Amino acid sequence: MYQIIKKETLYQDIYAMWIKAPEIARTVQPGQFIILMTREEGERIPLTVADYDREKGLIYIVFQIVGKTTDELSSFKEGDYLYSFIGPLGKKSEIDYFGTVVLVGGGTGIACIHPIARNLKKAGNKVITIIGARTKKLIIMEKELRQVSDELIITTDDGSYGRKGFVTDALKEKLDHDNNIKKVWTIGPPIMMKVTTSLTKAYSVDTIVSLNTIMVDGTGMCGSCRVSIGGETKFVCTDGPEFDGQLVDWDGFMNRIGRYKKEEKESWNHHKNQEEC
Amino acid sequence: MADMIPVKERMKREQIPMREQSPNKRIANFKEVPLGYTREDAIKEAQRCLQCKNPKCMTGCPAEINIPLFIKYIVEEDFESAYLTILKTDALPAVTGRVCPQEEQCQKECVLKSTGKPIAIGRLERFVADWARKNHIHGKTDSVAKKDLKVAVVGSGPAGLSCAADLAKMGYHVTLFEALHKPGGVLVYGIPEFRLPKTIVEYEVNEIKKIGVQVITDYVVGATGSVEDLKKEFDAIFLANGAGAPRFMNIQGENMNDVYSANEFLTRSNLMKAYLFPEYDTPIKIGRKAATIGAGNVAMDSARTALRLGAEKSYIIYRRSRKEVPARAEEVHHAEEEGVVFNFLTLPVRVLGNKEGKVTGMECIKMELGEPDESGRRRPIPIEGSNFTLEVDMVIDAIGTMANPIIAKSAQGVEVNKWGYFKIDEKTRMTTCEGIFAGGDIVRGAATVISAVGDGKVAARSIATYLSSGKSLKKK
Ligand SMILES: Cc1cc2nc3c(=O)[nH]c(=O)nc-3n(C[C@H](O)[C@H](O)[C@H](O)COP(=O)(O)OP(=O)(O)OC[C@H]3O[C@@H](n4cnc5c(N)ncnc54)[C@H](O)[C@@H]3O)c2cc1C
Ligand code: FES
Repeated sequence: MYQIIKKETLYQDIYAMWIKAPEIARTVQPGQFIILMTREEGERIPLTVADYDREKGLIYIVFQIVGKTTDELSSFKEGDYLYSFIGPLGKKSEIDYFGTVVLVGGGTGIACIHPIARNLKKAGNKVITIIGARTKKLIIMEKELRQVSDELIITTDDGSYGRKGFVTDALKEKLDHDNNIKKVWTIGPPIMMKVTTSLTKAYSVDTIVSLNTIMVDGTGMCGSCRVSIGGETKFVCTDGPEFDGQLVDWDGFMNRIGRYKKEEKESWNHHKNQEEC
Repeated sequence: MADMIPVKERMKREQIPMREQSPNKRIANFKEVPLGYTREDAIKEAQRCLQCKNPKCMTGCPAEINIPLFIKYIVEEDFESAYLTILKTDALPAVTGRVCPQEEQCQKECVLKSTGKPIAIGRLERFVADWARKNHIHGKTDSVAKKDLKVAVVGSGPAGLSCAADLAKMGYHVTLFEALHKPGGVLVYGIPEFRLPKTIVEYEVNEIKKIGVQVITDYVVGATGSVEDLKKEFDAIFLANGAGAPRFMNIQGENMNDVYSANEFLTRSNLMKAYLFPEYDTPIKIGRKAATIGAGNVAMDSARTALRLGAEKSYIIYRRSRKEVPARAEEVHHAEEEGVVFNFLTLPVRVLGNKEGKVTGMECIKMELGEPDESGRRRPIPIEGSNFTLEVDMVIDAIGTMANPIIAKSAQGVEVNKWGYFKIDEKTRMTTCEGIFAGGDIVRGAATVISAVGDGKVAARSIATYLSSGKSLKKK
């Protein structure tokens, strides 16, 4: 059993938790993920590790309510226990010295880029971070990211904070003006990652994406997470979650993450009805 | 009492059949298909045993069960002694009594086999184990004096469980590491409820815990900790992580939404209990017409699960003919009774679907049998121009598994063969790294529960020999 040590509400339906998992905190690296279950009857969902504290043995996760499991998770309180918490899974981010790098984050992906940015900075890179959301209140982890970035650009769709527009607008501008950019990381909603990679492709800049496919075991046993990368089938849980974004079969990927849309809705409704009873 | 029935008479008697749920009823539920022997059935069947002086059946049992002895106890209606006799060497009697291919093991060696009526040893084993569970009979838990030595067992399938149980009985401190949230390996995630109820697996795993085995779930060796980490803490290690990676056909359209590996399909249904969705959260998508590729036991389990989950049609697609089907005859029989349709000499070449990733059909080609290949079976050859489209809306790949490299990658000095399976010394099950042993599917490739159990037992003895000679991984 894995205890929730601290719980924060980042904004409305975006939550963060510090979970006690010393074995995982001992070896976890930026870019890796965990799989958790709320209860024995629950499903196994992957979440990218948003931070960790090796000394205290803690793992930081950030999630938005998008379905039954995240809804239920959000109702857990400090001191409560999760039924299952497995990791660290997947490969770590390739942290190295590249020169200038840009990290693009959207949604809860903003949290996921934080440990990557921190380590890239430590490795001596010039780190430019671009984060975006619909509106001001959805911008999370601004302070933390500012600390590890040489430059932080914020965009909001409605212009309520930072620049008005999308992260890709800001990225395009950067790419136009700075031809020293060696590598881009983009983590967030699939459509954002797709658009970002097609933009960077035009500038021939390597771009890493982190794919959040539907998983079961997370150890290469089932193939639920598979996706076509450069024409080859890869398992996101063991070959990823980070891939060269320009090789991803985005249509296939988006189809597969929508596999259970109908069932997910049914499950959520079932959950809500039960809560009312 | 057994002595009262003359041998001739015993040889004349027929095997006692086991009652089953009728096919039309059982395809609507996940309850066990065979219903087991009654007390009277068991005694009658046990009475047929000739109690050979030199019992051949035992040579066919890797779990080393004293078969004639436990059968004798059944005849004497001393079921408790029968159970304790089995439990002495087999820590998973209700499991092996259900899923062992006895016709290839003990029953193949039974002297009555030549009459076509071998003793139904598996059914008797199952009866005894079920009786003991219902009557709260437990094995001894006060094991011998504890030794000050620790063994790590990686993987809690039948190989890991049997090795752990034997070592605990010898007094070693055993820690069993399991990647998933529940112990049991294929017994919980692969084999369906209607062949092996999960409460039974859980019960037998708990009995193993009671003899002192510590089970740590949610621990992925190679991720949470490495084999190198384990080497520092344990005196010996047994690797039993199963084969555990799915094989795909590598044909066009295979990554579409409604294409599952058998591993995924069965894990969703069994381990995650998707058949109880939405009471359980894990969903599973069932088409109206399901095609399962392959004809092994895993394929039969998949095709039969699809029916129970609501598929109107469930096809088996197999590139060879009926004669070459690798599944147990009993499983094929059950599948056919339930209405699974077999397409022999058929090879899928392409999965068809729409833009949203929904499967709409599968293009196949007809095959004919040519000369025998390296496996000794006649090689299937495509018949040119015989392509046709099978109208299906879901596909399950059940064409086998491969070695999952996750552990091998984290272990120094433990060599694998060209397929990724651990190289071992046949006699001791020791890998190329002294002090590290391996067994089960991660050595043999997809094999059987009983061969995994056997490997676990042999390894346990070798580990004891290794440790008794004063060696330890920690001293290396
Ligand atoms: C659907 C299906 C039906 C079958 N039916 C039959 C049958 O009727 N009769 C029969 O005899 N055989 C049957 N088999 C085959 C039989 O189940 C296997 O041969 C047997 O389970 C192998 O046992 P094992 O202990 O080697 O591995 P497994 O049972 O595969 O167990 C391995 C365990 O190790 C764990 N593991 C893997 N990697 C790690 C890691 N890195 N760290 C920690 N733990 C790890 C896994 O999660 C798993 O729990 C069937 C197999 C399947 C898939
Ligand atoms: S989640 Fe099962 S193989 Fe990746």
